[in-house]
Amino acid sequence: MAQTGKPSVRHPSLKVNKLGLTQRDYEGSMSTLCAGCGHDSITASLVQAFFELEIEPHKVAKLSGIGCSSKTPAYFLKEAHGFNSVHGRMPSIATGANAANRGMTYIGVSGDGDSLSIGLGQLCHAIRRNVDMLYIIENNGVYGLTKGQFSASADVGTKAKKGEENRMGPIDPVALALSLGASFVGKGFSGDKQQLVPLIKAGLSHKGFALLDVISPCVTFNDHQGSTKSYQYTRDHVQEVVETDFVPVLHEITAEQASGDVTSVAMHDGSVVKFRPVAEGYDPTDRDGAYSHIATRQAAGEVATGLLYIEKGSQDVHSFENTVEESLVDLDFEELCPGNQILQELQKQWR
Amino acid sequence: MDRISRSRINDLVIKIATVNGTGSASANAFLMQAIFRMGIPVSGKNVFPSNIQGLPTWYEIRANKDGHVGRSARVDLMVAMNPKTYSRDIKEVLPGGAVLYDSSWPLAKELMREDVEFFGVPLSQMCIANFRGSRQQILMKNVSYVGVLAALLDINPDILCTIFEEKFGAKPKLVELNNTSVKLGHDFALENFQCPLQSHFEIMDGNKDSVIMTGNMAAGLGCVYAGATVGAWYPITPSTSLMDAFRSFCEKLRKDPETKKNRFCVIQAEDELAAIGIVLGASWMGARSFTPTSGPGISLMGEFIGLAYYAEIPAVLFDIQRTGPSTGMPTRTQQGDILTTAYASHGDTKHIALFPADPGECFHFAVTAFDLAERFQTPVFVVSDLDVGMNDWVCDSLEWDDNFVPDRGKVLSAEDLEDLDEFYRYLDVDGDGITYRSLPGVHPKGSYFTRGSGHDKYGRYTEDGALYEEVVDRIREKVDSAATHVPKAEIIEKEGAQLGVVTIGGCRGAVLEAVEELSNDGFPVDYLRVRGFPFGPEVEEFLLSHEHNIVVEQNRDAQLMKLLTLETNIDKKRLESILDNRGSPLSAGIVVSGVKDLVDLFLTTTNRN
Ligand SMILES: Cc1ncc(C[n+]2csc(CCOP(=O)(O)OP(=O)(O)O)c2C)c(N)n1
Ligand code: SF4
Ligand SMILES: [Mg+2]
Repeated sequence: MAQTGKPSVRHPSLKVNKLGLTQRDYEGSMSTLCAGCGHDSITASLVQAFFELEIEPHKVAKLSGIGCSSKTPAYFLKEAHGFNSVHGRMPSIATGANAANRGMTYIGVSGDGDSLSIGLGQLCHAIRRNVDMLYIIENNGVYGLTKGQFSASADVGTKAKKGEENRMGPIDPVALALSLGASFVGKGFSGDKQQLVPLIKAGLSHKGFALLDVISPCVTFNDHQGSTKSYQYTRDHVQEVVETDFVPVLHEITAEQASGDVTSVAMHDGSVVKFRPVAEGYDPTDRDGAYSHIATRQAAGEVATGLLYIEKGSQDVHSFENTVEESLVDLDFEELCPGNQILQELQKQWR
Repeated sequence: MDRISRSRINDLVIKIATVNGTGSASANAFLMQAIFRMGIPVSGKNVFPSNIQGLPTWYEIRANKDGHVGRSARVDLMVAMNPKTYSRDIKEVLPGGAVLYDSSWPLAKELMREDVEFFGVPLSQMCIANFRGSRQQILMKNVSYVGVLAALLDINPDILCTIFEEKFGAKPKLVELNNTSVKLGHDFALENFQCPLQSHFEIMDGNKDSVIMTGNMAAGLGCVYAGATVGAWYPITPSTSLMDAFRSFCEKLRKDPETKKNRFCVIQAEDELAAIGIVLGASWMGARSFTPTSGPGISLMGEFIGLAYYAEIPAVLFDIQRTGPSTGMPTRTQQGDILTTAYASHGDTKHIALFPADPGECFHFAVTAFDLAERFQTPVFVVSDLDVGMNDWVCDSLEWDDNFVPDRGKVLSAEDLEDLDEFYRYLDVDGDGITYRSLPGVHPKGSYFTRGSGHDKYGRYTEDGALYEEVVDRIREKVDSAATHVPKAEIIEKEGAQLGVVTIGGCRGAVLEAVEELSNDGFPVDYLRVRGFPFGPEVEEFLLSHEHNIVVEQNRDAQLMKLLTLETNIDKKRLESILDNRGSPLSAGIVVSGVKDLVDLFLTTTNRN
């Protein structure tokens, strides 16, 4: 992995956001992934999304597990605190961090191996707690970093580079998340930035756990003929179910769209997610409808993408635990330590 | 015949044999509390199965005017309430002792003993006649035997009455019910037996400024006082009551006065891997965070413990040890995780550990653990055990210094960061092995990448061996330097002693009692109890100043002794072991006979030399 930062020459024509930052300021160190790796495209979409949302980089916590995908938090938001944890256990780190400091924006990046095999349990429980974070699975159907073994998301019949065929059915993170009651489920493709950036922005603004499963081809181990997670296969089989647009709270008026069949969902901070169904009758606020539509598309060999499900007004772990509005890390010791007088009172019952 | 030895005033061991799930625990606690309120030093130990209902359970109360309240193998008075264990229970009673049993059904002739006095009380019949409903009849039977004991041992029933009023004040019916039950037993005993027995209780003044607590309760309270805000756990005996205590104290003491919202967050994790992950995430953000668990949980946490050690994230772990390996005997005590916790996780690691001996130390060590974890930016283990954690101990009442300021360690503020040219997370600026930490969200200059993969002193990823080594060598020195910051060993020296006796944790009471007894028998020994790891210099000094040292601990493999040979310069040949590994709290008898046997051995080997 590279330690070299990119040259920080500021091009005068670069666009500046409200914080006076350019898109460059949202980048990280140079990627060391294989040229053409889908993960790098997702990184680029993340950079753009954070830039456009005008989030202060140091107010972001970026976390990951282990894998090629999990290396990517080093490649965006150099001013954000990063946590490259252990294989499959990033959700628990994020859960604890969020419990202690709810004032940060949390982004977790994981792989299909990291999330669906070793880390499946933690993923499920983070969904169940509805931890307030965007969780991206950079899904390539293989373990990239350990050189191309099938992962649990490999489709039946998909062929490994050496020709061996996968016979076991995949674990589909989208279906899984829906059945676990996830409050935000989206699916994207690393090669479709136009769709991905609004999805990332919506996920970051969602209060609760936003799962984004992004097909992200591994050019080295899983981009050949016979693979169902290659660039070619994905381009041929993607079916967008809704067109998504994300309108941050401050830009609402200017970004008004005139289309007749656009539906809006207000986020907790006042931002708006707008979507226009492409597939007939698709309503991403209807969990059962979403579930059956995705299942039908899947059976037809298609990959349904876009904002698949969103729950309005979802409650996160802090509502379940009834914690104070301020972050626990901001409480003073005096507010936490009851003092000697109370200790003496308390002990009367034990005499 | 020599009935419960005449001379025994305020020196008795009462063992109560019941069936679990019958509600005897609260009756036993009332009895212990009443003895405590008479001013007599006392302890209560549960011997319980890993089961919810229907299996044999015992509660051992030891009252001793000299303050020796470690477990005693002796039983003076057996309260035999479980016919299934009559035979072994009755056998256990010391000659001259007594048995109290439920005479609603006759006791088989072959169970009778000549050298023991039997007190039959038709408890079940009495309760059926006086109470309605089988639940009440069963529950009140327990309180009735407390009434019988009150008469036999001369405990004023008014003391019990006061306890009921304090406990059930809001429910007068319950107070009355309990009083009636005590009276049933008490009246029957007065009418039918010569009360009190020659051995009985008398009011004394031994418990001034003392309280009855369990170690887990005290540790949970310690976490509140230390300012911990995030706790994560997965239920496991015998650690569960620690988090239960933390949560219930927080419910009382940690609510925002206006919004009634929680100034704490307790997360019941999906497993111990997640529990420690949650702790590390919260600590990374700057919260004081902890997890209570037992051996199986520590095993699962291994990978993350290494990450915390290497990425230098504070964390506090309570290991309430139980018998291993594997599931072992989950409800029995052991000191079997000494080596595991000292070097938990793969690769080269070494961890700070504290070993409390009683609830008082559980409280204070909990606070110390957070200070050390943040000062040294590393996981700290509080290594307790089932005996310390779950049994009822009398200890000095807790005091809190209102001037206490927590040691948050080297954490840079926004202003500090603003003034810095460049921040490097792992750069040893002060030369003491401890580097500066920044917390997320505080300042753009503070950002760095927390990672368990190879990194250099600037916090950058590396696979360069020399740069890697520089960091891990510093971490070794850092953790070693904690030796003078962990609680110092407790040392008691005896006039003319040649031999050192070394112990740890909850063995304290039994070993101190043994030291007294040995001294009275003409075998003076010096005593040291290890309270922290890495060992302070006083530990090595003590060992080197004795030709022979005997290490007393509760496990099979002499883990403390091994750790001493690894981490001090003592010659292995100068260490011997007394090992007790059957799952019960240690009793002094084992130590006394063990020391005497070893002294004989030393004498013969010395003669041979
Ligand atoms: C406990 C543990 N077991 C195994 C590994 C080895 N390992 C590293 S990455 C990886 C798989 C990563 O696959 P995925 O999450 O799909 O990421 P990708 O490289 O495909 O982006 C494995 C098995 C490890 N780091 N830790
Ligand atoms: S091995 Fe595959 S997943 Fe890993 S960097 Fe290369 S292309 Fe990407
Ligand atoms: Mg993968």
